[in-house]
Amino acid sequence: MSDLSYIKRPNRPLQVYAVIFLIVLYVPILFIPLFSFNDSVYAKFPLTGVTTQWYVELWSREPMWAALWNSVKVGGVVSIISTILGVVAARGITRYRLPGKNALVTFIMMPLVIPGIIFGVALLVLMSRMGVPLSLYTVTLGHLIVCLPFAVATLLPRFEGFDKSMEEASADLGENGWWTFWRVTMPMVFPGIVASLLLSFTISFDEFIMAFFLTGTDPTLPMYIWGQLRFPQQFPSVLALSSLILFVSFFVVFVAQYLGRQGLDPDQ
Amino acid sequence: MTETSVSSTRKQRARNKGGLSGLLHRSENLRGYLLMSPTLLVMSIGILAPFLILVTMSLWTRDGFSFDTALTMANYERAWTEPIFGALLKRSFWISGIATVVTVALCYPMAYYVAFHVHRNKMMWIILMTLPFWTSYLLRVFAWKVILGYEGVINSGLMVVGLIEEPLEFLLYSREAVIITLAHAWAAFAILPLYVSLEKIDKSLLEAATDLGDGPVARFLRVTLPLSLPGIIAAAFLIFIPTTGDYITPALLGGPDGAMIGNFIQLQFGPVNNWPMGATLSIVLMLWVSAIALVFLFITRLAKDKIA
Repeated sequence: MSDLSYIKRPNRPLQVYAVIFLIVLYVPILFIPLFSFNDSVYAKFPLTGVTTQWYVELWSREPMWAALWNSVKVGGVVSIISTILGVVAARGITRYRLPGKNALVTFIMMPLVIPGIIFGVALLVLMSRMGVPLSLYTVTLGHLIVCLPFAVATLLPRFEGFDKSMEEASADLGENGWWTFWRVTMPMVFPGIVASLLLSFTISFDEFIMAFFLTGTDPTLPMYIWGQLRFPQQFPSVLALSSLILFVSFFVVFVAQYLGRQGLDPDQ
Repeated sequence: MTETSVSSTRKQRARNKGGLSGLLHRSENLRGYLLMSPTLLVMSIGILAPFLILVTMSLWTRDGFSFDTALTMANYERAWTEPIFGALLKRSFWISGIATVVTVALCYPMAYYVAFHVHRNKMMWIILMTLPFWTSYLLRVFAWKVILGYEGVINSGLMVVGLIEEPLEFLLYSREAVIITLAHAWAAFAILPLYVSLEKIDKSLLEAATDLGDGPVARFLRVTLPLSLPGIIAAAFLIFIPTTGDYITPALLGGPDGAMIGNFIQLQFGPVNNWPMGATLSIVLMLWVSAIALVFLFITRLAKDKIA
């Protein structure tokens, strides 16, 4: 009787619940692409006809392309910096037994558990007191604070997971520190690095609260969308734009998650 | 060689060789701190410095278009005495609290299902459950505006079917709309910690409970639920704390009845242009959130001691 038969047995009510849960999770979001193909300015039933005109319209929107480019620039810089900082931090945390380590890790993770608006206004106040004009640079700093905890959280299990004896073997065989890192450590943590890059980019790309307080005259894409939401006649193009962002985000995150967990999960 | 034996031989060497190796050992630690230092530096610039200046500014007052930098508690007095601030805070905590309870309650069975009843492709399930979280928060909130709006999915759908003649007006711009949206938008934050804590439970304990005569309900209440408590607490914190300061959802879906303290803080930094007051409200919000978190932690610690 030790095979825990009740766990192995399928639990019908729970299964049904799980399916309903997933539907409720996804359906609200899927209304966005659904209405983006609708032939009406209003996002409502009944659907009036299928059209791709809202997507075509997006092509000619200069401010939108500028905002997109701003988001890509910020996201690229943020993802690279936060991944580099995440790698060295994760390395420091896992490789050495440092006194006060837990307190430091908690400090790094703090942005996860503090209302975002407080970070936004605090950085805004700091920048204005130091006389730093709001620009994409201030947005980048804000996004860095938001993304770093995620980068560290993604990279930590990777660095924790690997076998130190491999590095010791490499050192015993005469490799110096840098070559050991480059040829032994790096390949083992590489999937984590890619995952961290992709996740940081996605988070920065979608981030709104920091950008809201720290953007100067160059809006990021979410700020552009926020501005468009005020005009009901812009709704369809916002829907089209949102659908595109949605699918790209889904794809990128799916790849990132897959890479990030590969080899870590015993079930796979 | 295991980690402990490495460090013990290192310690031994340090003892044998005296000062020099001791120093080397310490420089080992130093290298660790050195590796963490760039990250800590960035976080200090991003967290510590802004907070210090925020606290300072909260003690200033507005003086026309500039600030009076004489330190005073005037803003805090205002925040304490004017009923609007207390009411907004209470409402924020109420809305976030309900959203937290709803989210954790709905996500628990889901996490339980994946942890206990899914055997193949667990990773797939986890990705599926957390994928929507990675789309822009703004878009998820916007999606609910499309659904709950006056001419939104629900209203227009019900009218097409013929169940209602006129759109239901209470759907949008209400506290309920804010709660529904928050619960949906933050589900991933509940799922992950719940799943992790449920997955960690040693299944042989459940077996033992069964052998000792517990039925499924008793087994759940006496073994599974208490052991998953850390996950429940983590999930509650991860949702409650950030949502208390949310202002996007109330701004898009709340209406006057659903405005939260975050909207008020934003107003102080925007149209009202009273930054010191905004700084004060931010600090007050943080203090309240910390106080609530501490009380909550204290109670759960007591409860845990009682179980153990």
